[in-house]
Amino acid sequence: MSARAFIGPYRALLSVRFSLMLQYRTAAVAGFVTQCWWGIIKIMVLAAFFAGNSRQPISLSQAVTYVWLGQAFLALLPWQADADIAVAAETGNVGYERLRPVDTYSLWFVRALAWRTANACLRAVPMFAVAAIFLPLAGLAAWSWRPPASPLSGLTFAISMTLTVLLSSAMTVILDCAVVALKTRRASNLAPLFVNILSGMVVPLALMPHWAQGFLFWQPCAGLVDIPYRIYFGNLVGRTAGEGLAAQGLWTFVFIFLGRTWLRRVMDRIDMQGS
Amino acid sequence: MSGLRLYWRYVANCLRAQMLYPTAFLLRFVTQFLVTIVEFGGLFALFARFGHIGSWHFADIALFYGVISTSFALAEMTSRGFDLFGPQFVKTGDFDRVLLRPRSEMLQLAGFEFGFTSIGRVLQGLVVLALAIALLPISWNIGQVTLLVWSIVGGCALFWAILIAQATLAFWTVEALEVTNTLTYGGVEAGQYPLDIYAAWFRKFLLFVVPIGCVSYLPVAALLGRANVTGLPVVADELAPSAAFIFLAISILAWQRGVARYTSTGS
Repeated sequence: MSARAFIGPYRALLSVRFSLMLQYRTAAVAGFVTQCWWGIIKIMVLAAFFAGNSRQPISLSQAVTYVWLGQAFLALLPWQADADIAVAAETGNVGYERLRPVDTYSLWFVRALAWRTANACLRAVPMFAVAAIFLPLAGLAAWSWRPPASPLSGLTFAISMTLTVLLSSAMTVILDCAVVALKTRRASNLAPLFVNILSGMVVPLALMPHWAQGFLFWQPCAGLVDIPYRIYFGNLVGRTAGEGLAAQGLWTFVFIFLGRTWLRRVMDRIDMQGS
Repeated sequence: MSGLRLYWRYVANCLRAQMLYPTAFLLRFVTQFLVTIVEFGGLFALFARFGHIGSWHFADIALFYGVISTSFALAEMTSRGFDLFGPQFVKTGDFDRVLLRPRSEMLQLAGFEFGFTSIGRVLQGLVVLALAIALLPISWNIGQVTLLVWSIVGGCALFWAILIAQATLAFWTVEALEVTNTLTYGGVEAGQYPLDIYAAWFRKFLLFVVPIGCVSYLPVAALLGRANVTGLPVVADELAPSAAFIFLAISILAWQRGVARYTSTGS
């Protein structure tokens, strides 16, 4: 089989997902407004905290950039299993996945990847326009999304975000497996609990207690938010940036391995609901 | 059957239905408690790092947080029908059936899918409140307890008003609008902190447009013995939660206009 024929189905899936996501423009606009609002509240709170005690591991302007990046790439967080797969698991249609002449893991991985990136692109671009371009023009430069610390930081950030997308997709497939194994979409309900606090979405990890920093850096969720953003504003450079990328790569690898193993076991003894 | 008895009948039915799957029920309850309590943990981490926010300390913020979180959870628990009104009733045309029954449609919606799983969130709010009460050096007397309960009741009315307004919008838009989350979840987020940390325009918005400050900041600051920075007279502190009831009345009026002009989408 030629490489092209091999890639074909995955590429088709990717483009279908993208155009599907772009259909939901109203939902995207609503989500965007919500996220701007959310970002503004978070920034005002952080500014008030920093006003009383500004000697911190990251500066206020870095924390503000962190908030905007977080809102822009919110869709990359693996909060729940793929909606289509969840429906298929509940109705029993998941059995059809066995009939497709492609590797199920790769297909589900690409599915998650397409979903996350399409959603994130749709929201990151307008967020950048508002927070990085409009806010400084409106005289609110102190609250704006700053450019990366240096061209090298920007480049490393791009690499790191690529790893973030892969890591998030690998985690999503794990959630898919949990949903299929337990036959209910609620199987992934606990995911936000770990993802939100451990990724840095609630509080930037650098502002967490000093004694927890080692653990926080090396646990898997840091690679979703904290590591790429710290690379962006130059808090992780040189060796520490390399360690960050290594942590992301390592966990991506681990989750792909776990996901493959689990999916094989789940699919081997799948029992279907419905007719 | 009186309205109240009918309502309890709805609640009992929901409980019986949900108890058919006790494990699922318990899991949802525990999940909700854990997810919200962890968010509060994040707040604690910020205080461990910064020590204070403006002139406020951890125990003060816990009281704001407890009041607003408990109010929201109680409102959320009793208003699922309004929260899901767009997709569940207007889009499907199910609202026609609600209108056909010889009972108030608000009562029927309030009894729809009573949110027992929101008890997890109520519990979180109460745990935080208890923590705040334990940490604060307030000697509680009848007046202060009344003020605390009054602000929670006001908070409930306010979130009810927002959820009814959200449902009313669905008469025009059919779909649910995610934007109203800025006022519900966003309101909880904003109401967790005293208004004096916010920019002036945002402070005004939270006092005079969507009066979240009236159910958290004003009464709670009075409880903590602080002067409010809004420029409103001190007497406003105790009366402030009534603003939520005015907001609720406006919402209900808008709702009734929506019902009057409702045309079914059903087939």
